[in-house]
Amino acid sequence: MSKVMSWIDRRFPLTSFVKNSLTEYPTPRNLSYWWNFGSLAGVVLVIQIVTGVFLAMHYKPDSMLAFDSVEYIMRNVNYGWLIRFMHSTGATAFFAVIFIHMARTLYYGSYRAPRELMWWTGQGLLLLLMATAFMGYLLPWGQMSYWGAQVITNLFGAVPFLGDELVVWLRGDFVVGDATLTRFFALHYLTPFIIVAAVAIHLVALHTVRSSNPSGINLADKNNIPFHPYFTVKDLYGLCIFLIVYSYFVFYNPNMFIEADNYIPANPMQTPVHIVPEWYFLPFYAILRSVPDLLGGVIAMSISVMIFAAMPFLDRSKIPGGARYRPIYRAMFYLFIVDVLVLGYVGAKPPEGFLIPLGQIATFFYFAVFVFLPIISTYEEKWLRKRGLPAEVEQMMRCEELQKCERRQRKADRRKSER
Amino acid sequence: MADVKSHPENPNRREFLTTATSAVAGVGVAAATWPFVSSMNPGSDVLSKSTTEASLKGIRAGEVKTVDWQGKPVFVLHRQEKQIAAMEGVGDGKDPEEDSDRVKNPDWLVVVGICTHLGCVPSRKKDGWLCPCHGSVYDNSGRILSGPAPRNLDVPEYEFIGTDKIIIGKAQA
Repeated sequence: MSKVMSWIDRRFPLTSFVKNSLTEYPTPRNLSYWWNFGSLAGVVLVIQIVTGVFLAMHYKPDSMLAFDSVEYIMRNVNYGWLIRFMHSTGATAFFAVIFIHMARTLYYGSYRAPRELMWWTGQGLLLLLMATAFMGYLLPWGQMSYWGAQVITNLFGAVPFLGDELVVWLRGDFVVGDATLTRFFALHYLTPFIIVAAVAIHLVALHTVRSSNPSGINLADKNNIPFHPYFTVKDLYGLCIFLIVYSYFVFYNPNMFIEADNYIPANPMQTPVHIVPEWYFLPFYAILRSVPDLLGGVIAMSISVMIFAAMPFLDRSKIPGGARYRPIYRAMFYLFIVDVLVLGYVGAKPPEGFLIPLGQIATFFYFAVFVFLPIISTYEEKWLRKRGLPAEVEQMMRCEELQKCERRQRKADRRKSER
Repeated sequence: MADVKSHPENPNRREFLTTATSAVAGVGVAAATWPFVSSMNPGSDVLSKSTTEASLKGIRAGEVKTVDWQGKPVFVLHRQEKQIAAMEGVGDGKDPEEDSDRVKNPDWLVVVGICTHLGCVPSRKKDGWLCPCHGSVYDNSGRILSGPAPRNLDVPEYEFIGTDKIIIGKAQA
């Protein structure tokens, strides 16, 4: 065995790769369970790819056959119902896990230097995930599939000058039709592999900057422990809890996240009375509807998704640990979460009565949080410093400052010696 | 990195826990794999095609009718008196078998029309079949006479319903 390993190691860095990135990968000892959701997202990605490949063995991307082929999978293929419900529930699970992963990053300020690239590759992954989910939702070719795709592709009609041509080009037809279905299937099969590549980049970046931790500072070496067995076990424990919840929905409540109208075959001549997107798009959909202008709504919705990328610039505070040591930022975080939930509620209901102004107020607040964050975070830091930070935080900041100084000193020394 | 205690106090217990956990995980993964493997087997719509009824009316003595059973060709040969007589005994090929064991009614030979060599469909020749792919020759009992095929043509499960109808195959759950 060791002979084989050394034969390989002379040609490929297998042992050192496993050591550096798994068994002995140094991980902060103080990670909480909120740090489980990255690896969970990886597991869900694998579940989606595996179930998706097996579904594609039976699915027919043709507008005359698609709906029936999904029912065929449900009724005739051995365990087809299981594989399909794993896939549809998996989409929901994916967004749930990713949203918690993002919320953790926002709460603990993990997007701060040196992890900006992690945050931005994550933002790219979110966009890819949304695109994949949206295209996958058309494939069952039910009423909600059809009209969701019709509405979302129409959004591109808001692009100035080229809008109408762009919409027709995206659909390959004047309405969502067979051409649209076939290309959505092709792309829905492609994007997961782009996601895998993007995840690889996300992980390379992670293994360069290392995991953040609840204290918000980069820990000294003595405070890191090897990933295996400490975090393989912790991740597996979290995975078991996740799988229990996931199995509940797959086996006992699989239709909770599938609109009843999607069991009616697509009918281009009739729109369902009340059309709603999947739950994970609801807050953004509410923002779209709250702006009384087509182009304005589309722009507001796009910004509402993309604005997270600006967080490393918008948050001006140097105090580590995100919300942990910053009461005002913490209040803003919770208000933002509540606001997103309100937007989700508004997005799920027909736009009537008090829900219209409520949606507009929530939209305004959503953007206000980001717009005022630079000012608030600057003043918050001043106020906290004047009031006096907890001794441990002061020490942590000094410690981080010290590490930075040491690094700078080492660099200067090296330069000197090179000369 | 922090000092890690690499020598547990009770190594046997730790080893047992590791083994037990791995075993449970292994069983779980195997169980989760099964639905995926199973989904690649024929679905219930394919299995529902497991039987086919074929009418024997209108097949004159000496003629062959090819029937579709599970997507496979089944040769139904209405044998003449002299053909039946010529087939008596075990034949002179490499897979000797009594003609009477291969038919339910000597007038009718029912065999799967797929060469036992590599799956081509043999063509009808005088006094038997010849596979166009690699030249295996079968007689009027579907027995291999010469060529690379290892066995006689398979006889499917079938039943006579009355005198002029057969049902090929056995219903599966």
